[in-house]
Formats: sequence, C-alpha cells, structure tokens
Amino acid sequence: MNFLYAAYTATWIIHITYLGILVRRYQRLSKEIAELKK
Amino acid sequence: MKRIFSILALLTAVLLSFALYEALVAAPTEQTMGNVQRIFYYHVPSAWTAFLLFFINFVCSIQYLVRPNPVGDKVTNWTVIAIGIAACIAAFVIRPLPQGMEPSSVATTGLAIAGLYFLIKKYFPRERVDALALVSAEVGVVFCTVVLVTGPLLARQVRGIWWTCDVRVTSTLVLWLIYISYLMLRRFSTSGQTPILAAALAIFGALDVPLVYFSIWIFRTQHPQPVIGGGGSIDPRMLRVLLINWLAFLCFAALVCWSRYRLEILQREVEETQALEALLEPRSSR
Repeated sequence: MNFLYAAYTATWIIHITYLGILVRRYQRLSKEIAELKK
Repeated sequence: MKRIFSILALLTAVLLSFALYEALVAAPTEQTMGNVQRIFYYHVPSAWTAFLLFFINFVCSIQYLVRPNPVGDKVTNWTVIAIGIAACIAAFVIRPLPQGMEPSSVATTGLAIAGLYFLIKKYFPRERVDALALVSAEVGVVFCTVVLVTGPLLARQVRGIWWTCDVRVTSTLVLWLIYISYLMLRRFSTSGQTPILAAALAIFGALDVPLVYFSIWIFRTQHPQPVIGGGGSIDPRMLRVLLINWLAFLCFAALVCWSRYRLEILQREVEETQALEALLEPRSSR
C-alpha cells in the first residue's frame, strides 16, 4: 500500500514541480515585458 | 481565451479527481498483485501520453525541416497520405498481422498519423511548428519521468526488483535520455541552426518509440505483456478505469501544452523585441 501511495504522490510531485517551473518562467517573462514597456 | 482556459482547467481538475477516485476506490483489486497493481492506472496512461507527445514532436520536426523546400513538402504530404492508405489496406488484407498489431489499431494509427500531420500543418506556420515541437518534447519528458518513477515502484512490489536491464525498461530510459539531450540542446545552444539540429535529433529520437512499444513482442523481456492488443487480457472494469485515467491525463497534458506553448510564443516575441532594441540603441545614442 505504501508503494501505491508513493507512486501516486511522486506522479503529482513531478507534475506540480513542472507547473511551478512554468509559473516561475512566466513571472520572469512578465518582469521582462514590464521592463521593455518602460 | 482566458475564460475558455479556466473552464477547461476546471473540467480537467474534475476529471482528474474522478479518475483518481476510480483508480483508488472503484477499480477492482487485482487477485495476485493486490492494491499495488493500481499504480498501473498512472503508469500506463503516462506512457501512452508521453508516446503521443513524442510523436507530435516527431511530426513537427519533420514539418520544420521539409516546409521550406516545396518539393520535399509535396513528397512528405504524399508519403503521409500513402502511409494512411497503406495502413488501412494492410489492416484488412495482411493475415496474420505481426504480434502486437490488431487490424483496428493499425488502421487507426495510420489514419491518426495522416490526420495529425495535416492538422498541425494547417494550424501551425513553420516558426510556430518549431515551438510546438519544443513544447511537446518538454511535456513528453515530464510524462516519461512519471513512467520511469512509477515503473520501478510497481516492479519492486510485483517482481522484487527495482530495475533490470530489460529491453523495454532500458529503451524507455534511452528514450528519456534522448529527449533530455534534445531539451539541453535547445536550452544551451546559441547557434541559429539550433532548431534544425534539434529537429534532426528529434527524428532519430522518435525512432526509439516503436522500439519501446514493440520490444515486448520482439525480445524476451521481464516486462508484463500488454493488456490491450497482442493477446493480453484485462477485466472490463479495469479497462474502463484505465481509459478514464488516460483521458484525464490527455486533457491535463493538452492544457499544460497550451500554457507552455503560449509562454514560448511570448518568450520569442520578447527576445525579438529585445534584439530589435539592441540594434536600435547605438543609432539613437549617436
């Protein structure tokens, strides 16, 4: 049962980490856009 | 656009929750493996989704390379049409089909190849097709990572080993490494030829996908036989849960690809503007 939960948790950790990376990239890009607008 | 995205994101979240409930609660418990078999509902759909994304990357890479050449473009168009027709004919004429191939799956795959090729060609211009190639490879690597993490967890409980140098397992790892190198090339190369080099690498990388898929029929492997096609069998209730989970992961992958694609296009526009500014700056300062 532990392995089952470990697999499901690991899956969502991988997906959430990737989504987090995307959010960070988007924030960095928004900053660059704001600087360009200046 | 934002509203559509929010609605789709909400629907995907509901579908993923339902799929999780089906996998953990509603699906029947497998007799020999017990509850740990439920890992299969994440492992298999993730693999299928990764293969689909790598296939999209393959199609985009071919289009990126052939589109500037009108003759090459025409030849590729007719080749894709021929593949679609040949697959349909082969499905109903060739008997018996090689192991791992069902008539319906051969015809569907042939038509899907042709359909996807022309769909991408219609809706994505050449520069955008390169962005789509990058996005599909990146999201594909994420799903392939899930496969490589959940697989050993399942194997440890079922066969008592974490890893084995088995053809399917090793070829999946090689596939993952090829696409990691593809992403590294795109990330760190500053050459103007990077998209072309990456497209060529992606075409060779995609050749590993059929090897991964058919390896269990071609070679003796410790990996379990497939549950769909090729003589495998599965309880219809388990199959239903498996397909629900695949649908949920497909929707999730589509949403992530959509966000990442928009981000990539935005990033390219910003880079172009920055390059233009850098060119104009010295003139204005003179």
